[in-house]
Amino acid sequence: MDSQITLRVDGAAHPLAVDTRTTLLDALRERLRITSPKKGCDHGQCGACTVLLDGRRVNSCLVLAVTVGDAEVTTSDGLAVDDVPHALHRSFVEHDAFQCGYCTPGQVCSAAGILAEARAGWPSAVTPDVAADTVELTDDEIRERMSGNLCRCAAYANIVPAVADVARAEGVRR
Amino acid sequence: MTTMDRLVGAGVDRIDGPAKVRGTAPYAYEQDPGEPIAHLAVVQSTVNRGRISRLDPSRAEALPGVLAVLTPANAPRLGKGLASDLPVLQSLDVHYQGQVVAAVVAETSEIAKAAVGAIAVGYDAEPPDVALSPDREDLYAPEKLMAGFATDSIIGDVDGALAAAVVSIDATYETPTQHHNPIEMHTSMARWDGDSLTLWDADQGPHNIVNDLVTGFGLDAGQVRVISPYVGGAFGSKAFTHPNQMLAAMAARVVGRTVVYELTRQQMFSLVGHRTPTIQRLRLGADPEGRLTAISHEVVEHTARIAEFAEQTATPTRVLYAAPHRRTTHRLARLDVPPPTIMRAPGETPGMFALESAMDELAVVLGLDPVELRIRNEPERDPERDLPWSTRNLVECLRTGAERFGWAGRDLRPGVRTEGRWLVGTGVASATYPTRRRKAQCRISVDGAGRYVVEIDGSDIGTGAWTALTQIAADALGTDMASVELRIGDSRLPFAGGAGGSTGLASWGTAIVFTARDLRKQLDEQHGGQPPAGGLSVDGELPGESPHAKTHSMHAYGAHFVEVRVDRDSGEVRVPRATSVYDAGTIVNAKTARSQLLGGFSMGVSMALHEGSVTDERYGHYVNHDLAEYHVATNADIGEIDISWLDVDDQLANPIGLKGIGEIGITGAAAAVANAYWHATRLRIRDLPITPDKYFRELGES
Amino acid sequence: MREFRYERAADPAAAVALLAAAPDGAFLGGGTNLVDLMKLGVATPDVLVDVRELTSREVADLPDGGLRIGAGVPNADLAADRRVRERFPVLAQALLAGASGQLRNRATTGGNLLQRTRCGYFTDVTKPCNKRSPGSGCGALEGVHRNHAILGQTIAGSDDPATCVTTHPSDMAVAMVALDAVVRVLGPDGEREIPIAELHRLPGSDPSRDTTLRHGELVTAIDVPALGMPSRYRKVRDRASFAFALVSVAAALDVRDGVVRDVRLALGGVAHKPWRASAAEYVLRGMPATEASFAAAVESELEAATPLRDNAFKVPMARNVVVRTLLDLAGRDTERELA
Repeated sequence: MDSQITLRVDGAAHPLAVDTRTTLLDALRERLRITSPKKGCDHGQCGACTVLLDGRRVNSCLVLAVTVGDAEVTTSDGLAVDDVPHALHRSFVEHDAFQCGYCTPGQVCSAAGILAEARAGWPSAVTPDVAADTVELTDDEIRERMSGNLCRCAAYANIVPAVADVARAEGVRR
Repeated sequence: MTTMDRLVGAGVDRIDGPAKVRGTAPYAYEQDPGEPIAHLAVVQSTVNRGRISRLDPSRAEALPGVLAVLTPANAPRLGKGLASDLPVLQSLDVHYQGQVVAAVVAETSEIAKAAVGAIAVGYDAEPPDVALSPDREDLYAPEKLMAGFATDSIIGDVDGALAAAVVSIDATYETPTQHHNPIEMHTSMARWDGDSLTLWDADQGPHNIVNDLVTGFGLDAGQVRVISPYVGGAFGSKAFTHPNQMLAAMAARVVGRTVVYELTRQQMFSLVGHRTPTIQRLRLGADPEGRLTAISHEVVEHTARIAEFAEQTATPTRVLYAAPHRRTTHRLARLDVPPPTIMRAPGETPGMFALESAMDELAVVLGLDPVELRIRNEPERDPERDLPWSTRNLVECLRTGAERFGWAGRDLRPGVRTEGRWLVGTGVASATYPTRRRKAQCRISVDGAGRYVVEIDGSDIGTGAWTALTQIAADALGTDMASVELRIGDSRLPFAGGAGGSTGLASWGTAIVFTARDLRKQLDEQHGGQPPAGGLSVDGELPGESPHAKTHSMHAYGAHFVEVRVDRDSGEVRVPRATSVYDAGTIVNAKTARSQLLGGFSMGVSMALHEGSVTDERYGHYVNHDLAEYHVATNADIGEIDISWLDVDDQLANPIGLKGIGEIGITGAAAAVANAYWHATRLRIRDLPITPDKYFRELGES
Repeated sequence: MREFRYERAADPAAAVALLAAAPDGAFLGGGTNLVDLMKLGVATPDVLVDVRELTSREVADLPDGGLRIGAGVPNADLAADRRVRERFPVLAQALLAGASGQLRNRATTGGNLLQRTRCGYFTDVTKPCNKRSPGSGCGALEGVHRNHAILGQTIAGSDDPATCVTTHPSDMAVAMVALDAVVRVLGPDGEREIPIAELHRLPGSDPSRDTTLRHGELVTAIDVPALGMPSRYRKVRDRASFAFALVSVAAALDVRDGVVRDVRLALGGVAHKPWRASAAEYVLRGMPATEASFAAAVESELEAATPLRDNAFKVPMARNVVVRTLLDLAGRDTERELA
């Protein structure tokens, strides 16, 4: 059953017809050919499809496109402003925080998400005191918070310093 | 090193990096075929062995948006000569669970996938035979192993030496079925223009795929083009053709337009290969000083009924340690399973788990430092081929690693260190992987302005080949990287074998070096050292293996040192830190090489602690066939990893002096973890993965 | 995925009315479980009524110091809520131990309660499962069940329509059970309140039903009464993150003068529902807050365990982790030698 929607992606509005079954990920990749978010499992188990939905990281493979409404979808590509790479883009390249690169746009979006979550003081499963006022993105905090993004090339030990550098610059890490 | 010390060795950022982090580098699914794309979804057999008795596509065919349903009754006939499971939809016979028995082509992926559910299939089936056991009466010795290795090797009187040994070990180790699970699922997008086929594909080398398409569709090589510039991980599963390439091409021919087939994650567990489970009996005999007198490594593993794949599991045991009496054997069971295939360091990965665990057990019996035990058994020559080493620095890897890790003064006793609720231990294991190279061709062109185009059908599956080959080319051409445009990942480019066997840079890089030498020679001799106004193009070739390969034994080496922590309440296992030191010859790109070694080791940790496809022997399937249940390491599972390498090269292997780095990192890693686990807990786990339940099993509490 | 009609409603009552009229329909919250199951063919609704933005996304204070959590509150927001973190650390920790950051951002409180099992036979439509396909049998009983239930299963043979040995996957629900939460529900017949211990059920003779909710009933909020004692959540899993529990423990402990005045204990990963360890609680109240008391209490609970061929490890694992968690809460740290 088709439904007419408008998706706002990386600052542009895209009217399109989707099947009610179409996920946000498939609407992006298959209909709009916006292929920065990747499909790695289609079940929320790998994180490759991670985008920011109104600034919050979500698995776009589990979001039905018809439910998105006016929310702003940001992909890793969309984090670059005026074609200038985002600090996370530069840091991931500098730290070689990927190999095949397929999970990487999802990792970058997730990293952007955890920076915002840390700024907001959100704790994680490894935060010693969940009631603490502030949170610092230590290596262990980054590891835990980035664990929704599988990297089969296992660039994890490079992803941690790549995110840490940006976290430091943003004041959520000493 | 001789002349190439300018860019080779530098830690240059990946040239494909900026596009990959933004997600704009086009993987197979993301290529533009120039016309609307139809989507393919498949019906898979739910039995392991039998014959289709009923298959009714009519309900699916009637669904709006369905373009075609392919079944064994109507699918185009493929040419004879396709091996394994490539004759897709050519017969009613079923050989493994998950075999494609029908395919739907539709306007959208949603329609295609829904239509799959509308196809009813019945089978005349026999019970699945999927259980591997060393007691099976139908175990057989294959004619040879993967990569041409001999099935068995027997030197001296092994049983006599074992019986006479003062100290001995006799233990059986098991590794489970493993699945590669690159995060990019296998994807093939096919477009026909007349009788010419273009396939945008996720593979480890376009030339590896072309031949099967030529055979299957009765084409000339010139009528097939396979394009794969960016590949989202592979680890062996994308080395060879699988049903996806055949299906996409078949379906595109039937519907007359571009068709894409992207596997589902669940299908990654049946259609693109796996690593065989292994059961390995290790027997070691030694004198009181720890000098091995006998090594016996007997392997039982499986293969599929429709294809023989004999993993070379015991081959590292043929080279790693000295011993006068030695035996390695491989026996296979033909089971109703999908065809196994190569997976990162086939042979070495499971084999080294057994050998390096057994060495640790021997060190325990001897009361000897396991590093020292290995050093005492360092062979001067290849112990089975009786050849000199091209280069071998295992002992230096062990010593350097011990130093970096802080191994000195380690208490040999197990189960005596605690930190809070953690039991803490350390372990060591060696690493080894053969050094090889293969035939490759290359074309280098220069224009009048001195800009070079280097063309070779190499492949970058995440290895860093885009960058490292550009570095090699720039040095070989005496220019900078910006003046070199590299073209890889397209079967129209000069021939090269796929990424695999850690041969990529050795083969493609050497072909580039040879071709660059020819080009420079021509420039010097015929053009006064300057590129002519009209440009110049030179074709070159690396014929194949090193001329020294028959006279020297060539391998990369390494040593892993690992700290393991085990929660004494729950049995949870962590690997907070590790050190690996490698003898991998020349390192071309210090940054991407480190990542390769890091990734290999980390996959070894994942293998040690998490990975295993669990078979239900009644229904014959892998129960945990997705990424929620087939666990691979997450970010939180990987701690601090110190990667380094010795400053060595191997000029007998290839003129660049490199040994290959894609696989060495995973070899031995799981054993290092298991050995450290023993040191932490005094519990020896001989069957991977080391999940928390096994802690209670070994304690006798479950 | 089966085709479906997508509906939004003006308010919860309208959503309930829409679903009441659609016997094969379902409410859609965050979709992190339902969409997954629809792709697998396990869930086949013909109508989805989107309630994600319809139910409250507010966490409100209750007069007693408890909280009323709107069913639409995302898991991430609930875990980050300052009042939850200060008053109910067990709940924050349980939420943070579940899934991934991305999933927690999307998953709702109501939806989390109603997650379906992760049993590999349930999620594979080609294999028998009494829960998914009543009467088809239980693949897990004699199959792959390392991570299945040790308590409260229905074990009547693989082919018996009642057999079910699976677990409930939610972490949050385990904490909610320990906290004596009350689930507020709006149905075709109006509102009702369900003590959370009565929401999830054991398989009994009908494994197809996870909960006591009736078709068309919508979870609108969850009330968590004041706790007034330290609490924590401990989860054991196969990898360090992003995995379902092998065993988990939600505990709260009130110790005065070395004596257990009150205790709440619930276990995850061990049963078809979050398992309230009432026997252990009963044994423990009034006992000295010692390792011996804690061990005796949990052992009294686990006496009822009926482990399967391959999951007996969960008994000592649960015992150890409960004891350790209670010791942590009691402020003690008795070193114990490895057995």
